Amino acid sequence: MAEQINQKENFLKGIIKDNPVFVMLLGMCPTLGVTSSAFNGLGMGIATLFVLVMSNIVVSLIKSQIPSKVRIPAFIIIIASFVTIVEMVLEAYIPFLFEQLGIFIPLIVVNCLILGRAEAFASKNNTISSIIDGLGMGLGFTLALTILGATREILGNGSIFDFKFLSDNASTLILFILPPGAFIALAYLTVLFNKTTSSKTN
Amino acid sequence: MSKKESTFLNMTITLFIITLVAGLSLGYVNDLTLEPKAKAKLERKVNALKQVLPEFNNNLVDEVTLIKSDKAKDNVEVYTAKNNDNYVGTAVVGSSEKGYSGLVKIMVGFNPDGSIQNIVVLEQKETPGLGTKMKEVKFLNQFKGKNPSQFNLKPKKDGGDVDALTGATISTRAFGEATQMAYDVYTETKPKN
Repeated sequence: MAEQINQKENFLKGIIKDNPVFVMLLGMCPTLGVTSSAFNGLGMGIATLFVLVMSNIVVSLIKSQIPSKVRIPAFIIIIASFVTIVEMVLEAYIPFLFEQLGIFIPLIVVNCLILGRAEAFASKNNTISSIIDGLGMGLGFTLALTILGATREILGNGSIFDFKFLSDNASTLILFILPPGAFIALAYLTVLFNKTTSSKTN
Repeated sequence: MSKKESTFLNMTITLFIITLVAGLSLGYVNDLTLEPKAKAKLERKVNALKQVLPEFNNNLVDEVTLIKSDKAKDNVEVYTAKNNDNYVGTAVVGSSEKGYSGLVKIMVGFNPDGSIQNIVVLEQKETPGLGTKMKEVKFLNQFKGKNPSQFNLKPKKDGGDVDALTGATISTRAFGEATQMAYDVYTETKPKN
């Protein structure tokens, strides 16, 4: 563990270079499932961000105590515990958001982004780096979900963050609110994202 | 930084400790949130009651009656609202399993003459942006003041009087069914004047 990690780069990589949604294509289930509105995307992103940071902290703290053959079950238990905590807290204090996200909160457990970061980063790096990694990745995920949610909401419902800018009778592209629209919007946004970021870096 | 070896004993102990800590902390958080969770649920119910009923001043939540209906799996909640001991209306929780993704649960408030005062959606898992529009005032307004004995609660497509939600006929159908169930229970339990 000799190499020094550039923390700024460590933080930024989750947002642009290794964006979990647009570049690594991780955690597709909530990405496609909940992003029918910008608000849902934001809520899901923040819930995932919290779980990601917490599990990264715990995994990096106890990594030397976990025998490598049982590391996956150990990580999953840690992640599942934080998810359940998030679920209980949301139900108690933000029932509105809890209702909106519904089944997708328990499904954060199987979001491969979180297990992926625990396995690929937190189990090999120190706690500070892991927190920053979790924050960067979580923010990148939140941003991507919010952008995707906003795109679908604008096209499919004529509104953004529930603020309607089209009249009630205006016809919108309902397809974008429906599941197929999630795939189409994600595909185009991924192309757009990679086009802009690659032209910048080259 | 030496990793622990993957011996049987090591693995068992590690997993045991992790699950123990996880279990204990979850139990603790559950205890902490139990009260706010119940409170949030109650608040939602009281809010729904206030929205669907005319002004009332009896303690509805404590005076709930549970009615058995052959149309619903569980008992149906019926709230009889009174204002200074005068009967002002009834709220019934109607439900239907036939929504696009299962259960649709609504609360329907009836005036003493049997017309619908207002409807509030309690639970639904319909398609966001389509079926979820059943929560919007625009859709709910068409039921206000209608008496289900003259107003067919089926969507127009099925020969009823309800303007279906665009792209969500199944949700509309389930909504109508839940309203019908609430009305049926209401007519069974209506206090005789």
